Amino acid sequence: MSPISRGFRRKREEAPAGRVPPGQYVTKDFPVLSAGPTPHTALSRWSFSITGGREAKSWTWDEFRALPTETLTTDIHCVTRWSKLDTTWQGVSLDVLLSAVEYESRYALAFSDGGYTTNLPVADLLGGKAWVAFEYGGGPLGAEHGGPARLLVPHLYFWKSAKWVRGLRLRDTDEPGFWENYGYHIYGDPWREQRYAGD
Amino acid sequence: MAGTAVRGRLTWQTATVGPVTDETPHVRTLSLSVPDWSGHRAGQHVDVRLTAEDGYQAEREYSIASAPGEPLAITVERLDDGEVSPYLTEEAQSGDQFEVRGPVGGYFVWEPDTGGPLLLAAGGSGVVPLRAILRHRARTRSAVPVKLLYSSRSWEDVIYSSELDLPADGVEVIYTLTRHQPRAWKGYARRVDEQMLAEVAWPAGQGPLAYVCGPTSFVESVAAGLVGLGYPAGRVKTERFGATGR
Repeated sequence: MSPISRGFRRKREEAPAGRVPPGQYVTKDFPVLSAGPTPHTALSRWSFSITGGREAKSWTWDEFRALPTETLTTDIHCVTRWSKLDTTWQGVSLDVLLSAVEYESRYALAFSDGGYTTNLPVADLLGGKAWVAFEYGGGPLGAEHGGPARLLVPHLYFWKSAKWVRGLRLRDTDEPGFWENYGYHIYGDPWREQRYAGD
Repeated sequence: MAGTAVRGRLTWQTATVGPVTDETPHVRTLSLSVPDWSGHRAGQHVDVRLTAEDGYQAEREYSIASAPGEPLAITVERLDDGEVSPYLTEEAQSGDQFEVRGPVGGYFVWEPDTGGPLLLAAGGSGVVPLRAILRHRARTRSAVPVKLLYSSRSWEDVIYSSELDLPADGVEVIYTLTRHQPRAWKGYARRVDEQMLAEVAWPAGQGPLAYVCGPTSFVESVAAGLVGLGYPAGRVKTERFGATGR
């Protein structure tokens, strides 16, 4: 039973029912949270690779941008408690990218410029649930928000949507990534409020 | 060590407000009594949950202001459009209760054996976790040399000013006041830029470690500036906060 905080009252408008996971509040801003300096990789040196399958596969920026794209509007939820509704993105579906490799692995570790990593089950990357996004709000994705391209997995807390993503390492075991190693939840479902290990 | 900052399941615990200190007209430090607090490391944060009489709850996270071994304390800046920060800075009094969960985060953390020299760069209330690091350094009698570059709008907005006026041996505090300066102010009077960092920051050749905390624009420019001065990206730890909601 939570103690009453004397004199505390709701000031924010109630979020639309069913839109905002427990413990979250809606913001119109797009806050930035990252653990280190923002990397700047020239598109001429950029690639996206998938390793750990039968054969490694890699796309240059031009090859990546020649793949079919999708535009989607979705809500995003950060573990620091802000949610942003109706964000619009353009990207390449992970269904497209993963269909280019043969693999049996059940898990993936996404890796990024700057050394960031995060782990996800492959099943969460398939079925129209995950993208490598390169546009946000109708324009190029800014570097502070993960550009030139970031992972977008909106059904999980947003730290799983790795900024500056450069590829996936497919693997048989679910090894924790950067924040997961610092006590954040191994899976990170916002609707089950899986913020920290053990939640 | 780094990988195990949070052990077991974190549960909500009742915190009772103890002494409060008004640091500036908009910023207050609340000392909290949490009977089963497991302890924390310098630089970590804590989740706060308020509960209204009608059952409505609001959660936010705040940097911990106190050193390991000291009672838990948070320093909160009031945001006019906020929901939780106005309560914590204006309404809450000694004896009031809410819930906390933590400590959280293990990356933006300093221990004496992490070494240095340390460059701490604070924008506004971004000074809070850096103050925990300074207090931890003093309590552990660490000799690691420290420079704190602290950007504030005005002298009245400087948090912990009495404490920072008397820094421990080996700690140098450099202010920049970006909007208003006292008469006869001889210090910096502009936003942190690469020139200022070149004058203040430890040369990259000394193997410094930087902790940068503040609003996004501050952190972006300081972190990029340090990388420009030759700091390896992995030696620049950042913590950013957006403009609203906290």
